[in-house]
Amino acid sequence: MDSFYKNKIARAWWWKIIAIVCLVYTCYYGFIGEVPAMVVLHETIRNLYFHVTMWMAMMLLMLINAIYSIKYLSSLNRYHDIVAEESGKMAMVFAAAGLITGMVWANYTWGAPWTNDPQLNGTAATILMYAAYFILRNAIPDENKKAKIASVYAIFAFVMMFVFIMVIPKMYNSLHPGKGGNPGFNKYDLDSNMRMVFYPAVIGWCLLGTWLMSLKVRIRRIKEVTEEN
Amino acid sequence: MSFSRKVAQLVLLEVRLEWKNKQSITALLIYSLASIFVTYLAFQQTIDLTTWNSLFWLIMLFASTNAIAKSFLQDSKGLQLYYYSMLSPKQLILAKIIYNLILLSGLSLVNFFIFQLIFPISIDQTAQYLLSILLGSIGLSTVLTMVAGIVSKANNNAALLAILGFPLLFPLLSIIIQCSMNAINGFDWMVNQQLFIVLISLNLITVLLSYLLFPYLWRE
Repeated sequence: MDSFYKNKIARAWWWKIIAIVCLVYTCYYGFIGEVPAMVVLHETIRNLYFHVTMWMAMMLLMLINAIYSIKYLSSLNRYHDIVAEESGKMAMVFAAAGLITGMVWANYTWGAPWTNDPQLNGTAATILMYAAYFILRNAIPDENKKAKIASVYAIFAFVMMFVFIMVIPKMYNSLHPGKGGNPGFNKYDLDSNMRMVFYPAVIGWCLLGTWLMSLKVRIRRIKEVTEEN
Repeated sequence: MSFSRKVAQLVLLEVRLEWKNKQSITALLIYSLASIFVTYLAFQQTIDLTTWNSLFWLIMLFASTNAIAKSFLQDSKGLQLYYYSMLSPKQLILAKIIYNLILLSGLSLVNFFIFQLIFPISIDQTAQYLLSILLGSIGLSTVLTMVAGIVSKANNNAALLAILGFPLLFPLLSIIIQCSMNAINGFDWMVNQQLFIVLISLNLITVLLSYLLFPYLWRE
């Protein structure tokens, strides 16, 4: 349990500063920066900084969830399970945020908030998978048993999610850029102004997700200590 | 005894147990017959090829969830202890998957013929369709057996199998429906080849994952 406090990176402040700087920069230049004038997309292209980055943060948190589930199974250290659980919760938050920003965007560019797009279906499936993960956790009262079984499910779910989101959409036509003959972002995104905002945005949101997750883990720790005494 | 022989014996044991008590297998058949008949009543006016295919796989999904739900539930505490002392968990999960695979492929063939009987449609590439049924059964049996193992440790709540299992089956079902649809439309093998390869590799991944992860479930 105490290994988290020995974890220097989690306690360090420098990456939190980077997160704040990146996000302030993103919010400022995301709204006033230069963007290329595109047909259909117009000014909505700015959503790139807020929608796509949500997915990346979500993926990172799911990866953390899967890694810590594997770590739990090999170490049976309860701390690893807590990290897995909290990163799963945070991933759900980012999935919901990504879905909402995506639906707003789709409403103005594709004409409907929900289209039969492999990427959208993949996301819906991911949310269901992680919802099932938390239902499973709540169904088992015993802490150690819960941690073990939930870790097994999380690893299985991560692999399936990966297949569903990364492999299958490549096989079908999608409205998303870069798939099924649609131009990829890097074609026009090469506009260096946008890159200058997009990359910091990715870093900022990913760090923010990790930071929130680590705060939640620490809150859990404080709760446990206060309950013990 | 060697690893594979033990697995084979366990599969035989499961088959014999099932055969001795024909009740559950009859119940399963009646379940799928009833659901086929319900879909017949609901869709007799408006069925087309795509609907036919989707309905077939939906019925398969529910029937196989029902079939596999009891695969760990059935074992009594004593039998589980006996398995525990005699087998490694890897042998157990492989045997269960193989047994469920036999059960599901039988079930899906029966379902297929009854479905064909009630809603006759012409399938251009029957061999391809049968292959996709087989691959679908492998996927369904692996994922659902593993999830049934998970559920058996979590108070054996029957609804939990569907909640946990369906999201994991989305990738499989979306490929298999596409694949069997191509078979109905009579696409050439070359067209469907890629989908079959993806299906086979997906099945390999799920078998491998179950094989590696099940020991952690069992040892508690």
